Amino acid sequence: MTTFIRALLGATAISLAVSPALAEKLTIATVNNGDMIRMQKLTDDFAAKNPDIELEWVTLEENVLRQRVTTDIATKGGQYDVMTIGTYEAPIWAKQGWLVALDDLGADYDVDDLLPAIRGGLTVDGKLYAAPFYGESSMVMYRKDLMEKAGLTMPDAPTWDFIKEAAAAMTDKGNEVYGICLRGKAGWGENMAFLSAMANSYGARWFDMDWKPQFDSEAWKATLTDYLDLMNNYGPPGASSNGFNENLALFQTGKCGMWIDATVAASFVTNPNDSQVAEHVGFALAPDKGLGKRGNWLWAWNLAIPAGSQKTEAAKKFIAWATSKEYLELVASKEGWANVPPGTRTSLYENANYLEAAPFAKMTLDSINAADPQKPTVDEVPYVGVQFVAIPEFQGIGTAVGQQFSAALAGTVSAEQALQNAQQTTERTMRRAGYIK
Amino acid sequence: MARRATGARKIVVTAIAWGVGLAIFFPILWTILTSFKTEAEAIASPPSFLAFEWTLENYVEVNSRSDYFLHFMNSVIISLGSTLLGLLIAIPAAWSMAFVPAKRTKDILMWMLSTKMLPPVGVLVPIYLMFRDFGLLDTRIGLIVVLTLINLPIIVWMLFTYFKEIPGEILEAARMDGASLWDEVVHVLTPMAVPGIASTLLLNIILAWNEAFWTLNLTAAKAAPLTAFIASYSSPEGLFYAKLSAASTLAIAPILILGWFSQKQLVRGLTFGAVK
Repeated sequence: MTTFIRALLGATAISLAVSPALAEKLTIATVNNGDMIRMQKLTDDFAAKNPDIELEWVTLEENVLRQRVTTDIATKGGQYDVMTIGTYEAPIWAKQGWLVALDDLGADYDVDDLLPAIRGGLTVDGKLYAAPFYGESSMVMYRKDLMEKAGLTMPDAPTWDFIKEAAAAMTDKGNEVYGICLRGKAGWGENMAFLSAMANSYGARWFDMDWKPQFDSEAWKATLTDYLDLMNNYGPPGASSNGFNENLALFQTGKCGMWIDATVAASFVTNPNDSQVAEHVGFALAPDKGLGKRGNWLWAWNLAIPAGSQKTEAAKKFIAWATSKEYLELVASKEGWANVPPGTRTSLYENANYLEAAPFAKMTLDSINAADPQKPTVDEVPYVGVQFVAIPEFQGIGTAVGQQFSAALAGTVSAEQALQNAQQTTERTMRRAGYIK
Repeated sequence: MARRATGARKIVVTAIAWGVGLAIFFPILWTILTSFKTEAEAIASPPSFLAFEWTLENYVEVNSRSDYFLHFMNSVIISLGSTLLGLLIAIPAAWSMAFVPAKRTKDILMWMLSTKMLPPVGVLVPIYLMFRDFGLLDTRIGLIVVLTLINLPIIVWMLFTYFKEIPGEILEAARMDGASLWDEVVHVLTPMAVPGIASTLLLNIILAWNEAFWTLNLTAAKAAPLTAFIASYSSPEGLFYAKLSAASTLAIAPILILGWFSQKQLVRGLTFGAVK
């Protein structure tokens, strides 16, 4: 027995002596979407290039992730070395000093290749604080066959008046075909993402230059009235509980003539394995009202490093790998060009292979370029963000206003009442927060 | 005639009970069925109930993407650990409240219950900071402690209700025979309360297994239980219903089986003292 224990101790000592130095472990918090999951499967490439860095993933649903990383970064919990954050959080957290600047991602990173609209939303005081992993805007996806049957032709850049005309012509409620499907579910990232972007094109804005809420303006009244008119007359039943997924399911099963939503949906609706209408889908820019702004939003999921992280250098290596041009080529080589994460790099949209594999690529790029988070509205505003206002209070007021507009769609309050309630709620919050006296 | 009326009533009551039972179970059944569909089938309209092409691809995908066993073991350790620790504290507490009541015992019991009325998010930040300072973030020990504290009022209340039904004279007799306090609680009271302790244990394992606020907010990668496993398959942008259903089925299967085999104890524990 004694011999056995000695042998065991000896073996342990030898194994400790010869084992390599412990790898540095990075804990990465990420969101559950197709592109992020694909990245997790491709990390062997990163591991081969960086054998001294080990990756540990925490994948969560978007809203759970947002709550989780916000708690952690605000309390300096230090649970994550790399965080996936949206374009809403990036400028707010950077101003708070919660993020590490990413101005040294390596000589071959080619930061100037990042799409200007996306990069602008992640830059504070000239420094990049988060690297975009995938970007999106919104656009019109429509059924070419139904459009043709209605005797209409979708322009590349339609107006809201044309959308209304087409929705009316395509609606066939007897056969469960609805002219238009739009978000109705309440939430700052749900119906308010769509409605804020639509409002921009109508000349409306969340706040004037003195941070006074603007829901009592004629432009907001016109936005909400037209939205309700479209949805009540040509939308699917129960639309007040429809978000991205519900509308995707409706569109894929042939029940929507048009759907205005995230450009990322293009790859879903054109995939014949999932979509019954894959071969009939066309794309157009988000509509406008002739005022110089389109009703499209701008969003990106980005990788950032929380300030105070002990593993900054390893985290930067990972971010540089995951958001590089080489990573796009890696995805293309393993899964095809149609599956590379879109919306971050100019060079991707100059790549003939990608343009051929992704028929929606040009429209995605045009949509992203048409959005300007620094100047999102017709009139001047004091905030950054197209479909959101990059202030910490926005999540709360955005959702509260979204609930009012969703209630108006469900018919439980009138449009006038919903706007009045939205104005009061927003004013109260802004006054408490000290933006207005 | 009277017997026939009783028989008819029985049939009606049985039918209603089955109807209610099926209505309650239907969402779980639908989740299980969806887990065997393709993503396209999962959103098909009208949905197919059984006539679809059954596939195991979601289970294969879920198992290749996530470490189910790690999450499962975390769930087992956290739920069992918090329940056992809770019982260890609650048995003496319930004993003292049931057999040596003080003037304010009832107030204390009500106060304990009132702690359940506080929305957990209200104390998230203070608890998060304490966990950070004590190095308990993303640890099983941390979750065992927090879930014990959360479920303690329920454990104490259930045991108190049980102990109240045990005649105090039996304990008195044991004391007269020379039993110490330890002997009285361990060798006299506990064996008599085994059914009550068992049902309390089962109910608390289920509560701890399903707890999804603290387990999501206080864990990252190492101590994340099956609630975090499910949360990783939900998405507002992208159709993952079939995979989410497969993950949910895998997460609820162990507790469903435990609940099925121990339903008699559970029902007895939950209805004890309700009918006299």
